[in-house]
Amino acid sequence: MKKARVIAYQSGRSLKQRIWSNRGLYVLLTPMLGYFIIFNVFPLWGLQIALRDYKPSLGITGSPWAGLKYVEKFITSYSFWTLLKNTLILGVYCFVICLPLAMVLALVLKYLPLRKTSRFVQVASYAPHFISMVVMVGMLKTFLMPGSGVVNVLLTKLGHEAIDFMGNASYFPHLYAWTRVWSHMGFNAIIFVAGLTGVSEDLHEAAIVDGANKWQRILNIDIPAIMPTMIILMIMESGNLLNVGFEKVFLMQTSSNLAASEVISTFTYKMGLLNTQYSYAAAIGLFNNVINCIILIFVNKIAQKTTDASLW
Amino acid sequence: MRKYSDHILNVFTVAFALIVLLVCLYPLYFVFIASVSSPELTAAGKVILLPKGLTLSAYEFILQEKDIWIGYRNTVFYTIMSVLIGTAITIPAAYALARKDLVGHSIILKFLTFLMFFNGGLIPTYIIVSKLHLLNTAAILIILNCVTVNNIIVARTFFMSNIPDELLEAAQLDGCGNIQFFTKIVVPLSKTIIAVIVLYVAVWQWNSYFNALIYTTNRKLQPLQLVLRDLLIQGQNLNIGEEMDAASIKYMMEIANLIKYGVIVVAIVPMLCFYPFLQKYFEKGVLIGSVKG
Repeated sequence: MKKARVIAYQSGRSLKQRIWSNRGLYVLLTPMLGYFIIFNVFPLWGLQIALRDYKPSLGITGSPWAGLKYVEKFITSYSFWTLLKNTLILGVYCFVICLPLAMVLALVLKYLPLRKTSRFVQVASYAPHFISMVVMVGMLKTFLMPGSGVVNVLLTKLGHEAIDFMGNASYFPHLYAWTRVWSHMGFNAIIFVAGLTGVSEDLHEAAIVDGANKWQRILNIDIPAIMPTMIILMIMESGNLLNVGFEKVFLMQTSSNLAASEVISTFTYKMGLLNTQYSYAAAIGLFNNVINCIILIFVNKIAQKTTDASLW
Repeated sequence: MRKYSDHILNVFTVAFALIVLLVCLYPLYFVFIASVSSPELTAAGKVILLPKGLTLSAYEFILQEKDIWIGYRNTVFYTIMSVLIGTAITIPAAYALARKDLVGHSIILKFLTFLMFFNGGLIPTYIIVSKLHLLNTAAILIILNCVTVNNIIVARTFFMSNIPDELLEAAQLDGCGNIQFFTKIVVPLSKTIIAVIVLYVAVWQWNSYFNALIYTTNRKLQPLQLVLRDLLIQGQNLNIGEEMDAASIKYMMEIANLIKYGVIVVAIVPMLCFYPFLQKYFEKGVLIGSVKG
């Protein structure tokens, strides 16, 4: 019996035996599979209501097919281009500044003259990662409040007029993107810091002997060393470009900044849960998935062509 | 020449680091000092480095605010339950997936990656949850999202590089089955990754409000973050009467701000208490996950 197990661990046995000998592992897997089937696969299956006239009383499969009616309704709707524009502006804005700034922070930490302070700065830099969005947006609103908020108090002291930051659509993308930097820059930098410590010292020493200054070393040694990590992270991020976080936008939304803050996910929430137009909202979600998929494949292709990095 | 450009770099790095420190820490510090300072002085921009005109009225108000404490209690309960369930599902599954001799492990991994990028979205998930009769229950707030593909991948990477195959072979020679091997040998060797997953789930649950917003309407089930949202963002409980004159409205607004600062402090104190801990294991989690892109 003992021997049989050991042999089973090696390959060369029949498929059935290999599965049977590892039955314990399938027991360990089952709760996870059950979980994902209930909470991820069922909803994916339920996404078919995007193509049906869903009525709760008829159920998901009982509702009549409607074809692409709702997807069409969304694409031709009055708000479609505004929603797409707002979503893309927020997504691309963050995409362009977040990871590059994290990389800059990692480089700064590496070249900071005092070693010990470097560690302190790093640990402090990701404290905001643990502050919840509600608290962060609450702080933002309190600081920026016209009249009694600290920022406006300072502005009026400097002889400037008070600005209603949260109520003005033109500030919204900046506030959204830079608070995101605040929340995640330090945390995103961890992976780059690790990548930088992995760069061989020999390369740097050789470069110093050749007379390279620090800028040249950063440009020619450090950045190429962490570029693969950067590209993988960027590909992964690009797949979520349209999934601009509902949670934060929703908190920051006010009736007066809607022109810039209404994005696809908040619109879906309003249509689906507040107006109970289930099929319409699901169709928007379907549209979102398809576009994300296209972007992901496209960016991955570019990355494959220009560098060797690829997700698959 | 080299020296000159290196000096510029030094100046740049120091300036950048100082800005990062200031921007990351000062807002948190300011909220703390503003929460114990006289609201008029804060509104006049005089509270900058140290609290002025000490007052604890914000905290007196908060102590009487039942909603906050109900929210706190709920959040603590949800967090503990999410951690127990999430870890109990994630760790065994991740171990099984780390075993190369598991028939079908690559298919399951592909399936999980697929789930990372595609989801049914808000409405289908909502419909499924309501079909399961889980709307307005504590259970859905505990269960939903307590297991994530990301956590499984991180834990799997840990097992792949930390549990040597020889250990398994030796155990199998002694007649140890897979489940026994997992509970008796793998788990005791995996305290780090268990801590990482526990803290990932705990911080996520502590800070989340989305599921509660979508799936519950019962105020008794509200987690802390939803209560905070009402207080900080919707501006509830701050009834400004219409008959008030400008000065008293201004006063009311200042008091309201004071309370907000106090509420923020109450909300972030637990995070800061555990910070050394959180910091250490979150960093470990990132590093483990990054081993295999």
